[in-house]
Amino acid sequence: MNNFPGAPQASAQPLLQLTAVNKQFGDFTALHAVDFSVEKGDVVAIIGPSGSGKSTLLRCINMLELIDAGAIHFKGEELGSETRGGRRIRAANKTLDRQRRYFGMVFQGFHLFPHYSVLDNVLAGPLIVGRAARKDVIERGIYLLNRVGLADKINHYPSQLSGGQKQRVAIARALAMEPEIMLFDEPTSALDPELVNEVLEVMRELATAGTTMIVVTHEMEFARKVSNRVVLMDGGRIVDQGSPSELFEGSGSARCKRFIDSASRP
Amino acid sequence: MPNGAQYSQTRGANTEKKTGPGINPMHIHPRPKRSDWAWYVLLLVIFVLFYEWVIDNPRWKWDIVAHYFFAPRVLAGLKSTLILTVLASALGLCIGVVIAACRMASNPVLRGLAYVYIWIIRAIPTLAMLLFLFFLSALIPRIYLPLPFGDANVFDIDTNQIISRFSAAVVGLALYVGGHSAEIFRSGLASVEKGQREACKAMGMSDLRMMWHVIVPQAIRIIIPPLANELITMFKNTSLVSVIGYVELLTTVQLIYSNNFETIPLLTVACLWYLILTSVAMCGQSLLERRFRRGV
Ligand SMILES: Nc1ncnc2c1ncn2[C@@H]1O[C@H](COP(=O)(O)OP(=O)(O)OP(=O)(O)O)[C@@H](O)[C@H]1O
Ligand SMILES: [Mg+2]
Repeated sequence: MNNFPGAPQASAQPLLQLTAVNKQFGDFTALHAVDFSVEKGDVVAIIGPSGSGKSTLLRCINMLELIDAGAIHFKGEELGSETRGGRRIRAANKTLDRQRRYFGMVFQGFHLFPHYSVLDNVLAGPLIVGRAARKDVIERGIYLLNRVGLADKINHYPSQLSGGQKQRVAIARALAMEPEIMLFDEPTSALDPELVNEVLEVMRELATAGTTMIVVTHEMEFARKVSNRVVLMDGGRIVDQGSPSELFEGSGSARCKRFIDSASRP
Repeated sequence: MPNGAQYSQTRGANTEKKTGPGINPMHIHPRPKRSDWAWYVLLLVIFVLFYEWVIDNPRWKWDIVAHYFFAPRVLAGLKSTLILTVLASALGLCIGVVIAACRMASNPVLRGLAYVYIWIIRAIPTLAMLLFLFFLSALIPRIYLPLPFGDANVFDIDTNQIISRFSAAVVGLALYVGGHSAEIFRSGLASVEKGQREACKAMGMSDLRMMWHVIVPQAIRIIIPPLANELITMFKNTSLVSVIGYVELLTTVQLIYSNNFETIPLLTVACLWYLILTSVAMCGQSLLERRFRRGV
């Protein structure tokens, strides 16, 4: 699957590497020279106060926002830009679309396709993007819906589902493209409290199965128990990162403790 | 009594679930409204007056209406109206799609040109547009595109050869539909929530497939009602082409009554045809709306 077979130390590279990534919105700098890397099988929880750039970081990784400086490499392949005549330029739209397939994204607001049934939502990627034949992928669609516990809702439309069910369909839809990294942007923040756990449970199972995941979350329990690395962001910078035990049980910075205390308060 | 019928249909099957007047003595009926009878009386009055004033009115001369309703001249005029409507709609919607696409393009030249087009079409009365087009050959005798070098032309056409009453009528109406439908398309596409595009992009969908499979199917629900309105307006606007001497339905009946002075019966003939065809268009509209309401 390595796209740079000739790259010298391909095996030594992290799966995903961000180097000095800058993102501007007009005059406002949303990301200040962020360095960040993810290894295969990592479950990274990104936490931090509102407006600190967590969503922006996630959206830059799958190029829903295009970065202004710095570089993002996936398995050594430069994402979203290329060098031509000594100048770095944006990659072609076609390249961006191809590179986005390395990632699956789950949004806070689900964004299911309302005109498709649950099964067709899950099959949308393979059918429309992958141009597969329906009969070849339908079994996988049903398998994925089984995996998120919604096999009985196959022919429902999104408007007939609860929030938690919608989010589980959205997870199955993202998985259907067989992404290498799953990105979650506050997947449970739009849900009623009693529906949060059914979604977290699905995510926990994905993590256990070895899926590489980057999760922006306010669920400190999830960050502490499921992730193997926690990243704290503030003001467009990564201000602290480490294993959950480091950040949650003592050795983390004062700023980190303050945030975790305020976020864990009921 | 549609309600009664509905209940009796379901009586045989799982009766314990259904409730209804003849079935369950505990059924709760709608609260009777004392004002209802007044509206039924009003309806009766309307029917009676309509019969008195219109149907049973010898001055309306329904025998003449009937005589001209299927008259060959009237049918020929109707055919012209229909051909004009279909061609101008088809061409106009194509123009509209292109202009809407340009309006949403990232290139400022395309955006600007589309904006100017919409601006001009909105400002100029259709009547004036039709006259300009018809007299185009007086303004621009030859339509040509010169090659950058030498004095050869890519094409060079005598304007008179392409502008006839018919083509001026089709193009004039199409330009109008193009400008108005472009705005309808644009606002319809813009009404689809941004998250839909992001979900498509996040799975690596190309812009074209995203439009075709996700955005357009959702925008169509928003687009259909104003677009149907626009096309029906254009259908009636076909009568404007009489200014450039093109004979369609309304012009036909005008020509007939200017000879025999049966103005009202002939206008009635035309209006009945407009009524019938508009009804057909409205049926088509509600079928389309139902087709695209899935899942919402
Ligand atoms: N499209 C945009 N245009 C302008 N500013 C933006 C845009 N998107 C984000 N920002 C700004 O960038 C900053 C970071 O936003 P971001 O959405 O990444 O925050 P966040 O950490 O995800 O916060 P939250 O927890 O509230 O979701 C904010 O100050 C926000 O106002
Ligand atoms: Mg956010």
